[in-house]
Amino acid sequence: MALFKISRREFLEGTAAGLVATGAGGHAALAADITLGIVYVGPRDDFGWNQAHAIAVKALKSLPGIKAVEEENVPETDGCAKSMESMVNLDGANIILGTSFGYFDPFMVDLAKKYAKVEFRHAAPLWSEAKHPKNLGSYFGYLNQAHYIDGVAAGLSTRSNKLGFVAAKPIASVLSNINSFMLGARKTNPNAVVQVIFTGDWSLPVREAEAVNALVDAGVDVITCHVDGPKVVVETAEKRGAKVCGHNSSQAPLAPKGFITGAEYKWETIYKGYARDLAAGKKLPNMVAGGYEADMVQNSPFGAGASEQARKAATAAIADLRAKKPIYVGPLKDNKTGKVVIDKSYDNLDPFLDQMNYLLEGVIGSIT
Amino acid sequence: MANISEPLSPAFIGAAAVRGDLLVRIRRSAEYVAIPVFALVVSSVLFSVFLLALGKSPVEFFELVHRGGFGTAFSIQNTLQRSAPLILTALAVAVPARIGLIMIGGEGALVLGGFAAAVVAIPLVRGHVPPPVTLIVMVAMGTLAGALWVGLAGYLRHARGVNETISSLLLTYIGIAIMNFFVEGPLRDLTNPNKPSTMPIGDAYMVGKLPGTDVHWGFAAGIVLAIVLYVLLSRTTFGFAVRISGGNPRAALAQGLPVGKLIVLSCLLAGACAGLAGFFEVAAIQGRANASLVAGYGFTGILVAFLARHNPLAIIPVAILFGGIVASGGLVQRRMDLPDATVLVLQGLTFVVLLVSETLYGRFKIFQVSGTADRT
Repeated sequence: MALFKISRREFLEGTAAGLVATGAGGHAALAADITLGIVYVGPRDDFGWNQAHAIAVKALKSLPGIKAVEEENVPETDGCAKSMESMVNLDGANIILGTSFGYFDPFMVDLAKKYAKVEFRHAAPLWSEAKHPKNLGSYFGYLNQAHYIDGVAAGLSTRSNKLGFVAAKPIASVLSNINSFMLGARKTNPNAVVQVIFTGDWSLPVREAEAVNALVDAGVDVITCHVDGPKVVVETAEKRGAKVCGHNSSQAPLAPKGFITGAEYKWETIYKGYARDLAAGKKLPNMVAGGYEADMVQNSPFGAGASEQARKAATAAIADLRAKKPIYVGPLKDNKTGKVVIDKSYDNLDPFLDQMNYLLEGVIGSIT
Repeated sequence: MANISEPLSPAFIGAAAVRGDLLVRIRRSAEYVAIPVFALVVSSVLFSVFLLALGKSPVEFFELVHRGGFGTAFSIQNTLQRSAPLILTALAVAVPARIGLIMIGGEGALVLGGFAAAVVAIPLVRGHVPPPVTLIVMVAMGTLAGALWVGLAGYLRHARGVNETISSLLLTYIGIAIMNFFVEGPLRDLTNPNKPSTMPIGDAYMVGKLPGTDVHWGFAAGIVLAIVLYVLLSRTTFGFAVRISGGNPRAALAQGLPVGKLIVLSCLLAGACAGLAGFFEVAAIQGRANASLVAGYGFTGILVAFLARHNPLAIIPVAILFGGIVASGGLVQRRMDLPDATVLVLQGLTFVVLLVSETLYGRFKIFQVSGTADRT
């Protein structure tokens, strides 16, 4: 039943996977040697998490021999598994990147077992050698390092010494960004405090705008955030005359007056590495993670909100991070009980820091 | 041909009446197929114009929809899998619609149903209760939670006259908030620091797939329920009472029908359907309750139910059509470099055209035998 034309690659992969592929023939052969499929949970132009990935994919597409297929707004249900499977079956993808936390378990774990010849990589540090297939893996950027740089610049940009942080949920990666931002600010301004407001979910634009307004009303004059799409936070802060630091990708165009700098992922480094390894026929690493020292995070180009002094301090701090100088130097106390939670100096990639479940002294706010 | 002045024999009149009755029924049924199909064609044409305005080829688009949604064995399974929750959430809209309520709270009932199923499973899994027993308890809890949630909106309508559309929508957000509260607080699985979830129920306790396919049992459950509800609503006294109450509540009250009870009962049934969808999301897909339950199935179900004119049987093909459009949406994005919203434009156009086409019923002679025109 030759309903549709399917390329030989698709046909072979389809049958290899034990599927009934219908027909065969001369569908326009894929010019590229490597096809990368990537799935986003939101829109590609969200000025945030998804856009950061989309920018990297765009950079990848410019390389010869690489084809990329993208799908946006894919929820974390079995639909994401089907989208990925469709990329394997209908587009002949050799590598699938899942960029949302909930895609991993059970969807990507099951797919990796089903399609042993396809590589699956997921953007959160969840892969474990003992539990998961070898053609599955994780990649991640230590964005808290870039938030630390934001803090360094913000500490020198505030007049009131009150900085604001609009955060989604009190989970480890968010807490690490808040604490790092505060430590950066304290480095250049020992009197700085960071007031945090949790909105409760990843994308609540109205709540985010209210949080910014509440912070500005309370005297905060520099604002940053960790929410999926920082557009509303950045625009509201700009409208209220506060300075602002970005998150995930560059929001500089949204705040021409107040933008200082922003914490950005540099997925390009990781994606190009995957493409290089695949082209060379090498085994892909199962775990890729790093910060400034591995060129996996970056800060947005300084905006009008950054003073000369702030630029200098931030640039120097970036050099320190590249040289692996630690951010968390103990003893540091939590802001609730005053107990020492960080007893000594920890390497920036130390797994101990991934388990963070506290806000440090210097942050105003509560995680419960 | 008989002389018109000659009286017709009673036998002849009887036969003609029977023939006419059958003819009317066939023609009337044909109307319910022809008009939606016509509406689909019109919306496809309108959408083609939209694509041409963007400089894209409509032919390529529909080819891709066919290929991605229905063209290969993989695509068909993809479509059926995506339609499974939609059948159940559409039933959650269609049943109250029969009694005249526009109930759009399926999403909240789904989320709470899934949450309740996941929570009740925790102690049972820990106590190594056999999976079949656990699953039965999970189904019971999931449907009960969903039923109570939509039933609450129905009760408020009946007892306090609260607008059910607004209350069920708002209850959805409360339901999601309740789930988030427990998942992020008292019931959180602490081994999972970055995605607040309940404890996983474990592979042994998961509902499997339909044999030989990738489609989970929720699809079969949806089909069975759709048929059962169709029979219930169109072939039983309960269904008759519901339809009378929906058509004219005052007349129904005057006839002594317990309209309030019927309203609450329909809403309980509706909520149970959505709660069951939540159970399958947990027991067949996620394995735990977390924010991924909030995937919009409850809202897409509203669209499906309206397109199916709240007929439980018609919900099945419409849900599959929707599943196919969503399944192929990815391929369209990838091949034609169109944003995801493109498929939403198609869905929106289809919805509007179908609503407009409601005014066409009874306007075409071909569907009527003279003297039986029904322009209500």
